[in-house]
Amino acid sequence: MTDPTPDTPAAPGPRRRRDPLGRAPLLLTVPAALGLLILVVPLVTMVAATDPASLVAALGRDVVREALWLSILTSTAAMVICLVVGLPLAWVLARVGFPGRRLVRSLVIVPMVLPPVVAGVALRTAFGRSGLLGEPLLGLTGFAFPYTTWGVVLAHVFVALPFVVISTEGALRAAGPGYDDAAATLGASRWLTFRRVTVPLALPGIAAALVLGWARSLGEFGATITFNGNYPGLTQTMPTLIYVERQSDADAVLALSLVMLLVSVGVLLALRDRWLVTA
Amino acid sequence: MSAGGEVRGLPDGRRGGLSASSPGGARDAPVAGLSARLAVPGRLDVELSAAPGDVVAVVGPNGAGKTTLVQALAGLVPAGGEVRLGGADLGSLPPQHRRAGVVFQDQRLFPHLSALENVAFGPRSRGVPAARARDTARDWLDRLHVGELAARRPGRLSGGQAQRVAIARALAAEPALLLLDEPFAGLDVGVAAALRIELSRHLAAYDGVAVLVTHDALDALTLATRVAVLDRGRLAQTGTPQEVAARPRTEHVARLVGLNVIREGTTFRAFPPSSVTVSLHEPDDSARNHWRGTIRGASPHGDQIRLQLHGDHDLIADVTPAATRDLGLTPGREVWLSVKETAITTY
Repeated sequence: MTDPTPDTPAAPGPRRRRDPLGRAPLLLTVPAALGLLILVVPLVTMVAATDPASLVAALGRDVVREALWLSILTSTAAMVICLVVGLPLAWVLARVGFPGRRLVRSLVIVPMVLPPVVAGVALRTAFGRSGLLGEPLLGLTGFAFPYTTWGVVLAHVFVALPFVVISTEGALRAAGPGYDDAAATLGASRWLTFRRVTVPLALPGIAAALVLGWARSLGEFGATITFNGNYPGLTQTMPTLIYVERQSDADAVLALSLVMLLVSVGVLLALRDRWLVTA
Repeated sequence: MSAGGEVRGLPDGRRGGLSASSPGGARDAPVAGLSARLAVPGRLDVELSAAPGDVVAVVGPNGAGKTTLVQALAGLVPAGGEVRLGGADLGSLPPQHRRAGVVFQDQRLFPHLSALENVAFGPRSRGVPAARARDTARDWLDRLHVGELAARRPGRLSGGQAQRVAIARALAAEPALLLLDEPFAGLDVGVAAALRIELSRHLAAYDGVAVLVTHDALDALTLATRVAVLDRGRLAQTGTPQEVAARPRTEHVARLVGLNVIREGTTFRAFPPSSVTVSLHEPDDSARNHWRGTIRGASPHGDQIRLQLHGDHDLIADVTPAATRDLGLTPGREVWLSVKETAITTY
């Protein structure tokens, strides 16, 4: 009974476990394989087409390093802001019953389905130099968002926040209001309950939401270039750099794209067992 | 005498957040009697009172509103009416200001905190410094004989251990009103028996009002000083456990204590199942207490067989295994039931 060796002889049977319901139908397995190929083939060909030497060379260029650094910096800053405003927004949606909650949730989702270029245009009308909020801001402080690194962060927040809020809300709901009740009967204020019970229980989900938001933000192109243009060192992120280089240097584009792929896969691998994969 | 006693009467920084309409926060009130009038539309409409030190067992069938009553007392569901505890009306206060401790049916121990931190949560929420709160928690875990499990997360506790931690957590918060929602549900019989004995000790030492929701007549008889019978959201009967057990007024309680009860207008007639005679033909004696019935089920009860019968009244009857065999008393069989007048208590 207490023998720790796990290699006890397996029950006799076929080496490959057979599905008792029979073979999966070809009408499903063939399209499934096709779908997988569409996703995988371009990535494989891209890796195959890239000259490793050009990858090293690309990373040695200042403009690339700047763009990569700016991408990581702005995406991370955007996630800090998404956490500060998105977690409370998700909590309100998950825990506070108020009339119009469904409407608010719909408003949160709209930027998610909006074409990013349109998001850039919308940001201009609000935060542009002559925008509704941008103009008084410029008058008061002399600061304007467009064509600045802060403008990039703002565009990232606008595009990624819906993802963060909606997945965080799911995590908060899964964390169970029953525990909030228990904390309240023990005398905890709602703020204390939020800090010591709700957030710790939802932490894996919150972290997953931020990682997804970060990845979304890292790849953001449309809103960023529409709102901020493409100034190296200031507003030029990796996707906008790739777009510019695409017109001149095909080798560099491949190398830059591979860098993005590696960063994305790296994030996925770092989290694969923890939060992202459920089965 | 109790380590938790230090907790009471601490300065409370959160009091400023209370609305001006409720100047007397619950926590300043001396431990005192409960007088509640609660209405949750469609689910509950009851008046309940109890003296300090009382343990009120709330019994009733599923859906009678037992859990709703606990939640309404704790402030977890909106309810009309008032909850007076030692004179102060808690009705308008949120749960965190009511000093009503709850032992939930599903325990609801915080899964990310150790048993010790779970128990320390209440004192810490009320502003006790962490080290002192942990001392209090350790003390309560010891008292419930789970001190050695202090470092464990709830996921690694057995059902009985988790329930002990849950009781310790509720008591460590020094509640003026202790609400226990089926504390023995889902526990093994032996575990429940041991915990019942211990809980009776803690309840005897507890000077607030305790409300114990239970499905079990034994809980009501051994732990409670008063019994409140809920039926479809209303109080059907209250009294001492002995009164309620001897003179049940609902079929549910009659079944719990193993009696038959028949309602005739405003009077109730109770008789034990052992006094019921089962026969296949209409009795020709002149006894006026006989009824037709169909056997619905049969189960062993001591050295007898207990029959569940459905007819003019739903009754139970104990017969010998030999009679069951000889008369062919199997489910579906139509029989006559009679009871001697002398076996019946009328009230």
